[in-house]
Formats: sequence, structure tokens, C-alpha cells
Amino acid sequence: MAKEAADPPTTTSSNAQAKPGLPSGNLVVKCTKCKEILIVREWEKNLKVCTRCNYHFKLTAYERIELLVDPDSFVELDIDITSVDPLHFVSRTKDEVQAYADKLDEESKKVGLNEAVVIGHATIEQLPLSLAIMDFRFIGGSMGSATGEKITRAIELGLEKRMPVLIVSASGGARMQEGLYSLMQMAKTSAALAKLGEAKIPFFSLLTDPTTGGVTASFAMLGDVILAEPGALVCFTGPRVIEQFMHVKPPEVNSEFVLQHGMIDAVVHRRDLRQTMARLMQLYSPSITKRNSQEFTQHIGESDGLRSGI
Amino acid sequence: MAYDLEFEKPLAELEKKIISLQRKGDRLKPDEYKQLQEAERELRRRTEEMYKNLTSWETVQVARHKDRPYSLDYIRLMCEDFFELHGDRSFSDDHAIVAGPAKLGVENVLLVCHQKGRDMKEKQFHNLGMPHPEGYRKAGRLMQQAEKFGFPVICLIDTPGAFPGLADEERGQSEAIAANLYLMSRLQVPIIAVVIGEGGSGGALAISVADRILMLEHSIYTVAMPEASASILWRDKGYAPQAAEAMRISAKELKALDLIDELISEPLGGAHHNYRLTADNLKATLLSKLTELHMLPVEELLEKRYQKFRKIGKYGIASESLSATY
Repeated sequence: MAKEAADPPTTTSSNAQAKPGLPSGNLVVKCTKCKEILIVREWEKNLKVCTRCNYHFKLTAYERIELLVDPDSFVELDIDITSVDPLHFVSRTKDEVQAYADKLDEESKKVGLNEAVVIGHATIEQLPLSLAIMDFRFIGGSMGSATGEKITRAIELGLEKRMPVLIVSASGGARMQEGLYSLMQMAKTSAALAKLGEAKIPFFSLLTDPTTGGVTASFAMLGDVILAEPGALVCFTGPRVIEQFMHVKPPEVNSEFVLQHGMIDAVVHRRDLRQTMARLMQLYSPSITKRNSQEFTQHIGESDGLRSGI
Repeated sequence: MAYDLEFEKPLAELEKKIISLQRKGDRLKPDEYKQLQEAERELRRRTEEMYKNLTSWETVQVARHKDRPYSLDYIRLMCEDFFELHGDRSFSDDHAIVAGPAKLGVENVLLVCHQKGRDMKEKQFHNLGMPHPEGYRKAGRLMQQAEKFGFPVICLIDTPGAFPGLADEERGQSEAIAANLYLMSRLQVPIIAVVIGEGGSGGALAISVADRILMLEHSIYTVAMPEASASILWRDKGYAPQAAEAMRISAKELKALDLIDELISEPLGGAHHNYRLTADNLKATLLSKLTELHMLPVEELLEKRYQKFRKIGKYGIASESLSATY
């Protein structure tokens, strides 16, 4: 179901000991897929997409936000929500013994995040929306209690302020270390989306590499519009498990595969994402705006800080 | 033989002794008669002791016992009439899920259940209780029907998980599961889910978003089967027993964590020792829960269901928040 092994882009410094005066950090990066050596500056200019094979590298949540929303419009919420260790889970193998609580500390120090998702609100072309952006670096973007809580809060924010919700998925699935708590986040987030749906507020789901397991089988597949970046692994069961079960090597179960089978609406190149989102916001927002103004007339006279705050 | 699991070996030996004594019937000598009585008492005592302290991994074995009653056994023992309905109306019929209206006590209910198979042929027919997307879509279709006619929904959960095949990906296993979570969270009739054996992963959750989540005493409910978790966490299925312990998957542990509502007791030695008694317990519990749920107006029912799932999860607030890098 979930896959934990992260495959960070292999970066190699052309000059191990950078000379003073030269920019520090890596100058080239190797494409995870086609192994092409890419110049970092060009690769970044190309939004971390391989210029040769079009491989879309994984982005951090903040890189993703910068890419998608109006400059300086993002306001992060609930940054201090963290995972805890509800089961006192200890990983015991013959090689090592590691408490989940320690792993959490380690991970959050390593990647500088409290959780595998960043939430908040922002605007795209001046239209407000609520956001939840997953970050694969934090325990493979796996969904624990805190992840589910933050995603649910992002959905509830959309509901409360009547603005569209966008969730960008990047996840190996459920977080084993939180056992059934983790599984139940699927129900929690889906239930929140059902309420959002009843309120007739649009939900956009963007699938990025990888979107698998419990995340795919809950909010990721519930979008009114579901988009995916090219070549992203999108599945319920990972290819490794399918192979074990079926004894045949499966074809790539990716964005193009699920598009072909009618499971998503469009595959969108990273450079077109912001514009695509802007169009969708334009197309779907009038209904909300109309509804909002109607409600505003109904509520006139009451002090309604929530709605005027948008 | 009734005691045939690896950890039950001491019980099996005692049982063997009892059976050989019982065979003698009238020819039992007075001291043998006493021996028999003692052995029977001893068996009872040791079974009670063992079953009170089952480890998670032992519970997994009881939950998977080859003779454990399956959904259709309970339906036969609990319901007056059950009319099985078939198909998702768009692709196929999935026998890993059996569903249809039934009479339970004085009430008409909709049953939606995972079904495993006992012999090779049945196992194949029911696909080991591992549903395809069309199984979940059949479940969804019938739950909407239940809403239409006001039948409460009762789900019996017994699956290692949704089927992990390529064709399942093609037909949208994820979407089929997600759609049920969405549907069930707002379905305007009472829903009760009971884990009767294995509650495995999204494949179980897809018919378990309920007002009451109950578990038979020796059943398990887990985010992923211990073997799968072990291979995800440590790339080695051999660690399944460790995974089972660490993830707290037994009914007793989940009740202690408040993740389920109630435990339904099983006969000594597990449900397979007495189908009738287990089914009676299950039926009595279901009827009392239905009475409870019928008291609630629909709006309250739905809000309580929402809050039930909304509050599941344990998280903390960081003492010193990390500064945003954006």
C-alpha cells in the first residue's frame, strides 16, 4: 500500500570543495528517470522538470505553493500541528530498534517541517482558495493523524469561508506507525469533503508523484476536477505489490494510465498548472460568488467577520 | 479437532486425552471417570487463560481460522429471509461482497458483507474475500437503495484487503473505495459495521464508515495486514508478528484506544467453537444498537457520525514552531 523509500534526486557537485567566490551547492543534478546530467540553474528555470525526458521532479510543499499561487498571497495555518506517537510504536528488527517518536523528531529536523502537509489560504488570479499541499520528504508523505487533521482543517476552512479547496497529493499512502488511526484519516477527510460537496463548493485535486494507497483511495480521487502532473505514479496498489500478486510486470500505473482509464480529468505540465488552476477557478467560482452574495444579503445586519475576511 | 492452531498445541493434547476417554463410554473405570472430569476442567481453565491473554499475532490466527464463521453463516443463523442482489450495473458482479435486503428480528435491513470461501472452489469464487471495484460499487448502489427505502445498513467486515491487481487499477479501485467513504459519511439511514474476522485496510474501511463500529472479540482491524506492513516497514514479511504487535490490531486493544465502540464476546476458544452462540450474541447486539440509532433524528445521526470520524486522531502542538521557509 504505502511506499516509504524516498528517491531524492541524486545531486553531484562538480567540484566537491567549492572554491571561494563560486556559488555554493550543487551545480548539476542527475535526472532520476533518464539519468541525464542537468545544469541546476537551467533545471530550476524549467521548474525542476528534466529538459530531456520531461520527468517532473518532486517539489517541496513551499516550492509547489510558489509555483501555484499569487506572489505573497499564501498565509500558512496550523504550522505547529505535529504528529505524536499514539501507539508507542517501536520498530524492532535485528539490525535496529527505533521508536516512532524518535523517527518523527529526526524527520522534522531533517526536512524542516512539522508534518507531511502544509495548509493555508491564498489567491490565484485574485480568487481566494484553501490549500493543502503534501510534502513527500516527510516520511514519504504518509498520512498520519496530524496529516489527516490538517487536511480536514483545510477542507473545513473552504467550507466555512465558502472558497474552493485545492489539495495537492504526494504520498506513499497510510502511515503504518499510527495503525488504525492512520486508516481512519481516510474516512475523516472524505467525510469533510462530503460536507463540502453538500455545500456545493468545488474541490480540486492535483495528483503528483507519487499518489498511492490510502491517499488515492480517499480525498485524491474525490475531486470535482482531478488533475495530475505527467508521469506521476498514481495507484492504489504499488507496482511492486501488483507484481508479487500477479506474477507479471505491470505497465507503468501513472497519470497517463489513469487518464486513459477514465479516472482523472487531465494531465497538465507543471509550467501550465497555475494557468490551468486560474481557468478552473474562473469557471467554477461564479457559482460560489453568486451564492456568497445571496447569503450576504440574507445575513445582512449580522456581523459576519468570516466572510468579509476573504 | 477443534484446537488446531500452533499456539493451541497444549490444548490439543488435553483434548486428545479427553476424546480417548470419552470413547470408552460405559466402560470407563471410576478412576478414569475422575480423570476425564479433571481433564475437562483443566482444558476449560487453560483455554480461558490462554484466550484471555492472546497476543496480537495469535489473534490474527484465530481471526483467520479456517473454520471461523463467515458472513453467510451469520446471515443464515441471524436472518429470517435474505435476498441476495447482484451486480454494480456497469461492469460485473463481485462475489467477494454479498449484499441484499434481509429480515433481522422484526426489522428489514440491508446487509453488505465481505464473504470468504472455505474450500478451494469457494475461495476462488469469493476471491478470498478481496473485492474488486465492482464489489464496492455494488455496495454503494445498494446503500443508496437502502437510503431510498429507509433500511438500516449492516456491514459485516471480513477481508484481508481490496484486491491488488492491475485490472483493479484499470477499473479504479481507489475511486470505488473513496466514493463509498464519501457516500457512507452522509447516508441518511443508520449504519452499523461489525468486524467478524479480518478488517484489512481500505478494503475494509470502504464498507465501514458507520454510526457504530463493533468487533467480535477475536477479530482484527488494521491499516494493512501485518505481512504487508512488515514488508512496507522492513521489506520483510517475516516480521509480520512484530508488525501485528506494534500496530495494536486486536479488538481488545482497539477498544482500549477508543477506536471502536464495542466488543462482542465469542464462545470459549473462538467463534468457530459455537456458531449458534456467536450468531445469537451478534444478533442481540445488532438489535440493541439499531434501537439506539432509531431514536436519533436524521440530522443528529449524520452530525454524530461526522463528529465520530472527525475526532479520530492524535496530534500535538509543537512547542517551538519551525519557521516557514516561504
